[in-house]
Amino acid sequence: MREGMFRNPSGCAISGIFSKSGERFTGERIIDSITVMHDRSNGLGGGFAAYGIYPEYKDYYAFHIFYDNKSVKDTTEKFLEEHFDIINLSKIPTRKMKSITDEPLIWRYFVTPLHTKLASSQLDEREFVAKCVFKVNTRIDGAYIFSSGKNMGVFKAVGFPEDVGRFYRLEDYAGYCFTAHGRYPTNTPGWWGGAHPFALLDYSVVHNGEISSYDANRRSIEMYGYKCTLQTDTEVITYIIDYLHRKIGLTLKEICSVIAAPFWSTIERKPEEERAELEYLRNTFSSQLITGPFSILVGFEGGLMALNDRLKLRSMVVGEKDSTVYIASEEAAIRVIQQDLDKVWAPKGGEGVIVTLDGGNI
Amino acid sequence: MDLYASQLGHKALNDKIRESNEDIVIESCFGERFIGSGVSGDNTITINGTPGNALGAYLDGPTVIVNGNAQDSVGDTMNNGKIIINGSAGDALGYAMRGGKIFVKGDAGYRTGIHMKEYQDKRPVIVIGGRVGSFLGEYLAGGLIIVLGLENDHFPAGYFAGTGMHGGEIFLRTDKHPENMPEQVIVSEATAEDMAGISDIIGEYADTFGFNMEEILGKTFYKLAPNAKNPYRQLYTEN
Repeated sequence: MREGMFRNPSGCAISGIFSKSGERFTGERIIDSITVMHDRSNGLGGGFAAYGIYPEYKDYYAFHIFYDNKSVKDTTEKFLEEHFDIINLSKIPTRKMKSITDEPLIWRYFVTPLHTKLASSQLDEREFVAKCVFKVNTRIDGAYIFSSGKNMGVFKAVGFPEDVGRFYRLEDYAGYCFTAHGRYPTNTPGWWGGAHPFALLDYSVVHNGEISSYDANRRSIEMYGYKCTLQTDTEVITYIIDYLHRKIGLTLKEICSVIAAPFWSTIERKPEEERAELEYLRNTFSSQLITGPFSILVGFEGGLMALNDRLKLRSMVVGEKDSTVYIASEEAAIRVIQQDLDKVWAPKGGEGVIVTLDGGNI
Repeated sequence: MDLYASQLGHKALNDKIRESNEDIVIESCFGERFIGSGVSGDNTITINGTPGNALGAYLDGPTVIVNGNAQDSVGDTMNNGKIIINGSAGDALGYAMRGGKIFVKGDAGYRTGIHMKEYQDKRPVIVIGGRVGSFLGEYLAGGLIIVLGLENDHFPAGYFAGTGMHGGEIFLRTDKHPENMPEQVIVSEATAEDMAGISDIIGEYADTFGFNMEEILGKTFYKLAPNAKNPYRQLYTEN
């Protein structure tokens, strides 16, 4: 049985490290951080998103794909060849580990859309790529593109996050940003695709919580061409962010005021200009309001955003040391990799923390 | 007795704490949970580092000192003893506390002191030096919460302080009159009698962290008390 066949609530731990100077560091630090929160996971899912790890292929979309078997791989590659120029393909290097079992075939492709296909689709390039990802994930049974951004990659599996990190040899990757997730689903068939992060293009989301507006959010986002295949709330958050940011063009700060909108009673007390803006966002994007407990880390090209639900029903701590920002479910997960912090604080519910590279995108 | 938390893990660490009556110093603490939970006695447990969630849950006598920040659910359902945090604390500090004292030098998070209760001589006390998040003392049924807002002039609490409270007292030290309080709360400027009732606690708090008592008392205190005529009904949804 696969995920998507029933509802799948989860607890979890999240952690993220972001170097504003763009200095690259290896995946070892994020593994050390998430290891401290071992007890927040139950071994049924762990994963990482890493940004800035493929500088030699930074102009190509990096697809990370799970295949159930060889014949699905052949079918998918035929589809990819029809739509993309494949610059490079390889198995994603992994380490054999007792604690990680039942691995699917895990492949990586660096691709760019075929000019003719892109032109005839009349879509912009990113929309074309997103559509192709949805096509594979919904039409080719047994294939799942779980990472599709440029110069970034998602690595995830069923297992404890520290084991997943070692399985994927994250020490061999260097980037300016890493996020991590340890999963605690109370009920799961344990499929690799259901682990966090969830990603589309360069957006990735790790999530601690359990949103209660899942079905309302799903119904509304599916009207805009997204297909929720896994019934996990994190998937829907990823698509909402892609929709509001890439398609509608809201700023990340505005997105925080949509998905974690303040109570009407709080909006009423704001100064007039701010009140008008908050009212507009809440009214216009009411179906994208996310209720219930969540703390999320949203990775994107050149930046990282952290956000709590408006009632702050999940913990989240931010620490800063020089030009590096640390964000985790627990302060201990920051202190273990950086004991000496210039600043440490807990953002308010609904108050997004957005960090970006000092010199713009790499 | 010195214990190295990160080498022991939370289970072995807490077994050792439970078996001991002597003073304990815990080093190298990175998120080990449940430290001192359910422990009785009158010894002192000092923690250097960042203790994990549910520090001193169900604590029943000892003094716990944290040199650093604490995480969530400090003193959950604590019954007796004292927790001193020389830093800040996370969410749900003193949740459902029924006795003892918690002193925090810095800030505390959301839901500080929710659901505290008192009975006869058991009266839990929380004093926060900095600010707290929203839902301070939500559903408060008894006990005393004082928030001092020492480091600046911002209002020291978030939204919805005292929502659903039906017992106990909350004091906020601030020049700004608390506005938009829930209907279940009556706000008044603290009287001389009110201040006399909390001066011993504030003195003990000031001594603990080396603050100046006069300076603390040099600002207005507002008291939040339950409004018996307007009991709690709902916040979230209309059924």
